[in-house]
Amino acid sequence: MTEPLQILFWVVVFPGFLFTLILGLVASWIVRKVSALVQWRVGPPLLQPFYDVIKLMGKEILIPQEAQRTIFTMAPVVSVAGTLLLSMMLWRVSLAGTSFVGDIIVAIYLMVLPSLALILGGSASASPHATVGTSREMKLVMGYELPLLLALIVVIIKSGGQLSLVAIAQNAPVLSISGMLAFLASLMCVQAKLGFVPFDMAEAETELGSGILMEYSGALLAVWKVAQAMMLVALPLFLVTVFLGGFTSSLWAGIGKYVLVLVLIILIKNTNPRVQIHQAMKFFWVHCGIALVVAVILATIGNNYGIGWL
Amino acid sequence: MSWKIWSLKKSPWVFHVNVGACNNCDIEIVNCLTPKFDIERFGMKLVGSPRHADALLVTGVGTRQAVVRLREVYRQTSKPCVVFIIGACACGTGIFHNGYHVAGPVDKVIKEVDPNAIIAYVPGCPPKPEAIISGVVKALSAI
Ligand code: SF4
Repeated sequence: MTEPLQILFWVVVFPGFLFTLILGLVASWIVRKVSALVQWRVGPPLLQPFYDVIKLMGKEILIPQEAQRTIFTMAPVVSVAGTLLLSMMLWRVSLAGTSFVGDIIVAIYLMVLPSLALILGGSASASPHATVGTSREMKLVMGYELPLLLALIVVIIKSGGQLSLVAIAQNAPVLSISGMLAFLASLMCVQAKLGFVPFDMAEAETELGSGILMEYSGALLAVWKVAQAMMLVALPLFLVTVFLGGFTSSLWAGIGKYVLVLVLIILIKNTNPRVQIHQAMKFFWVHCGIALVVAVILATIGNNYGIGWL
Repeated sequence: MSWKIWSLKKSPWVFHVNVGACNNCDIEIVNCLTPKFDIERFGMKLVGSPRHADALLVTGVGTRQAVVRLREVYRQTSKPCVVFIIGACACGTGIFHNGYHVAGPVDKVIKEVDPNAIIAYVPGCPPKPEAIISGVVKALSAI
């Protein structure tokens, strides 16, 4: 099991980079296709995300004169690395059932890494559009981290204080009131993490150009696109593992749950307008916050008195 | 044909530059994105930054104020890229011919920056969305 070659195979090919990348690009095609169908369009062909990435690889890389070159070029790589680690961990939990105590906390940290890289890259690119996008992204991160942590506390209470993902994936907290509240809140957090409408104010195509990614071109932009595609695998998979009971019952049920979460995300994306940053903060801190505090109380009561549906 | 050009044809992302159009050509470009015409079928996407763009859709006559920006936008676009000149104004200054504010047809301005630029023309006042799409598809299959 610990042969170096096998580990390399895990990281580069099977549950790691290539597998997640291909799955992510297909998932981003599903996002675009379903959005097109919702708007009564035909939509792009299946291989479109692959063409996009190949094309970007062949384009010239322009780096702004005032940009901080090292951070500017390293930020997308950091983003890919964080997402890759997260998805590796989640695949090992889902497919092989191996994990370690406290890996849910590691997962929380790894999920912040892409947003952090986005903030670094945006602020290193010396562009006013990117700066506005960066400041919005920073506020957004502060907004959604609180409800996400509260939601995960609900999950940990429901599982009886377990801190490893395999133990948490044994039951599906979503089948109770507090778990349902936590699931809905963290679905919105994932929406914000993916930078999808209604929380796409950091990218804001219509007013900021492309916000944070404004100055990126060529292969660097391709790396960002790859990171975003991989997030599209990792984050729904995290929700499936934590809230919906993961892949424990069967592989097909797990895939079904993943597709369900993905379609929910796409439908939220397509039926909402973009909110302003202060509305998002209010939504996350006040509305989600109160709902989740109630959920934590309910979960504690349910756990102490053995009432499963609370 | 190199893989760069092949993949460029498969996913041309377009950036829209208005250098003094009467806004009618711009409306027709936006029209191409609507469900009726849906250029995303061909992998085309309207992007917000010239650095992401593979094709510049230039409309308008090229006023003296705007051509300075047009040159800059062309320099900022990551190469290889294609320039589509859309509308009678942009192709040959159209009804504004010899106007005091006209700094020349757009292709002349682009060629000042880069003599080897790939330029395609879609005439019409304004060109129909069908004409724009067929022009873009024809030009892409020609390179
Ligand atoms: S070509 Fe016609 S429609 Fe287009 S900008 Fe010129 S005058 Fe307006």
